[in-house]
Amino acid sequence: MYKIIDKKVLNPTVIQLSIEAPLVANKAKPGQFIILRVDSEGERIPLTVAGVNKENGTVKIIFQVVGSTTKRLAQKEKGDSIQDFVGPLGTATHLDGLKKVCIVGGGVGCAIAMPIAEALHEMGADVTSIIGFRNRDLLILEDEFNKYSNTLHVMTDDGSYGKHGNVTVPLKEMLESGEKFDMIITIGPLIMMKFVVETARPYEVPVTASMNPIMIDGTGMCGGCRLTLNVDGKKVTKFACVDGPDFNGYEIDFDEAMSRGRMYSDFERHAYEETCNLFNKEVL
Amino acid sequence: MPNMSLKRNEMPTQDAKIRARNFDEVALGYSKETAIDEAMRCLDCKNMPCVGACPVKIRIPEFISKIKEGDFEAAYQIISKTSSLPAVCGRVCPQETQCESKCVRGIKGESVGIGRLERFVADWHNTFCTEAPAKPESNGHKVAVVGSGPSGLTCAGDLAKKGYDVTIYEALHTAGGVLVYGIPEFRLPKSIVAKEVETLEKLGVKIETNVVIGKTLTVDELFEMGFEAVFIGSGAGLPNFMGIPGESLNGVYSANEFLTRSNLMKSYEENPQTPIMKGGHVAVVGGGNVAMDAARTALRLGAEKVYIVYRRSMDELPARREEVEHAEEEGIEFCLLCNPTEIIGYNNPDNPRDAKNGFVCGMKCIRMELGEPDEKGRRRPVEIAGSEFTIDVDTVIMSIGTSPNPLIKSTTDGLDVNSRGGIIINEDGLTSRNAVYAGGDAVTGAATVISAMGAGKTAAKAIDEALSK
Repeated sequence: MYKIIDKKVLNPTVIQLSIEAPLVANKAKPGQFIILRVDSEGERIPLTVAGVNKENGTVKIIFQVVGSTTKRLAQKEKGDSIQDFVGPLGTATHLDGLKKVCIVGGGVGCAIAMPIAEALHEMGADVTSIIGFRNRDLLILEDEFNKYSNTLHVMTDDGSYGKHGNVTVPLKEMLESGEKFDMIITIGPLIMMKFVVETARPYEVPVTASMNPIMIDGTGMCGGCRLTLNVDGKKVTKFACVDGPDFNGYEIDFDEAMSRGRMYSDFERHAYEETCNLFNKEVL
Repeated sequence: MPNMSLKRNEMPTQDAKIRARNFDEVALGYSKETAIDEAMRCLDCKNMPCVGACPVKIRIPEFISKIKEGDFEAAYQIISKTSSLPAVCGRVCPQETQCESKCVRGIKGESVGIGRLERFVADWHNTFCTEAPAKPESNGHKVAVVGSGPSGLTCAGDLAKKGYDVTIYEALHTAGGVLVYGIPEFRLPKSIVAKEVETLEKLGVKIETNVVIGKTLTVDELFEMGFEAVFIGSGAGLPNFMGIPGESLNGVYSANEFLTRSNLMKSYEENPQTPIMKGGHVAVVGGGNVAMDAARTALRLGAEKVYIVYRRSMDELPARREEVEHAEEEGIEFCLLCNPTEIIGYNNPDNPRDAKNGFVCGMKCIRMELGEPDEKGRRRPVEIAGSEFTIDVDTVIMSIGTSPNPLIKSTTDGLDVNSRGGIIINEDGLTSRNAVYAGGDAVTGAATVISAMGAGKTAAKAIDEALSK
């Protein structure tokens, strides 16, 4: 069992937990992920590491309540434990040699982008961050991004906070005005990352996108997390758990990844409703 | 007097129609009387050809003699001297190509049902003998085992019996490796695996789940932690796909994923937390034991029709005969001499939001014929031009093998692997790294439970010799 040392509600649907897992804390680097199970009958879900504290052996995860499992996880309180917690999995984001980087995060993806901004900042790189949310209520981690970024753009879809519009607006402006980035690192919804790639394409700036497909074991055994890359005109199958989760944004078949992400949407909707009803019954 | 019947005693099984819709074990096991009757067929040959054909050299005529006497616990003790997992082996070993293939009774008539007897003895012990095995005195040496599948459990068990302080590191949340994520409940009940693991724990073996060697800890760190030898039994790795169009459509699984969802994550239960696609028409591509397991699992999950699609003929089909027979009885259809060329996805051009878009709706196949033998002597399947046809399926399960897992190799300096990624070992199981041993699928690529156990045993012996010097 793995104990929850701290819990913070970042916004109505996004929660941050610090979990005691010294072996994972000792190794995890920005961009890597863990797999957890909430209880003994639970499914395995991958979540990207949002930070570690090596001294007290804790790993920070930030997640959005989107389905049955995240709902169950959100019900856990400080002092409770979860069944399983394994990692760090996947390869760390390659940051070596980067001097000027633009980080583009969307929604809960900002939780994964933040430790990357922190690492780059500590390396002495120039960090521009663009973080986007649907509205003001969903904003997370603004202070942290402020701390680790030389320039920060906060965007909301409805204009209720920061600037009105999506994350590609300031990105395009900067690229048009001649800003030169060594790399754009993007983490968020697939559709957002797809448009970040399209925005960057005319300027030939390298783009790294962090993928979060459906997974089971996360150790290179089941093959469920496969995605297709177009490498020099050839289709190549890669596995996010061992080859990723970061990939060259220009090579990713985002449409296929989006379609694969919908494989269990019916099941998930049903399971989510069941879980909600379950908790409602408990309250009564 | 030996029982000179040419036929062996049949193993009772659940009726095919009933079992095709449940996950209970198919074979029901011998009764005490049948076991003794079958044991009487053993001639107790002095040269013991059966023992020579067993990868872990179980003293077969000796344990069968104890069954004849009705002393089943004594029979169990003889088996457990050389096998750490008798109840598992009695169920999943391909005895027909190993011990039973050399049985003298098989020359004229059927061989002795050695596997069935082993299973009977192990089950008898597990039911009636609750006494914990005596924990051996510690010899003070620490050994780490990577992976809790058949090779790791065997290696750990053999070393623990000799007094070694053994820790098994398992990446998943449950111990057992392929015995729990791969082999289905109806062929190997999970309670049996749990029992075997429990027996090892009583011998003093420690099991740390949720530790991925190569990620959470490296092999080098294990040595820093005081382990004097490491055995790598990390198993098979990433599934192979055919490289045909449509393999990323929703509804296409690797057999590993499909079986892991059903077995390890219990998707077959009512209201599971882990989803799996159920029902409809299912095609399983491949002809090995894993393909049979996937097909029969799909059927039990509620499929209306399940096809095995295999490019050679029944004679070349690599699965165990018994599994093929069981599958046929249950109503699995065999599309032989047939190879997929494309998986077709549903696409509604008028409605991009149609929920069925991106899901499998068919599979294009081509008929094959057998041509000249290849380098291994197996006749090569050749496409028959113009013979394409389409089958109507909703789920496709690719069961065409795996390639070794790269995690340990990529984080262990000096660990040599072959061109296919399998760890290279010598006859003692020793790798290119001092005090690092390996065995099972991590070395050979996909193979059998018993050959992995044999490899674990070989390595355990070599580790003991090296550390007791």
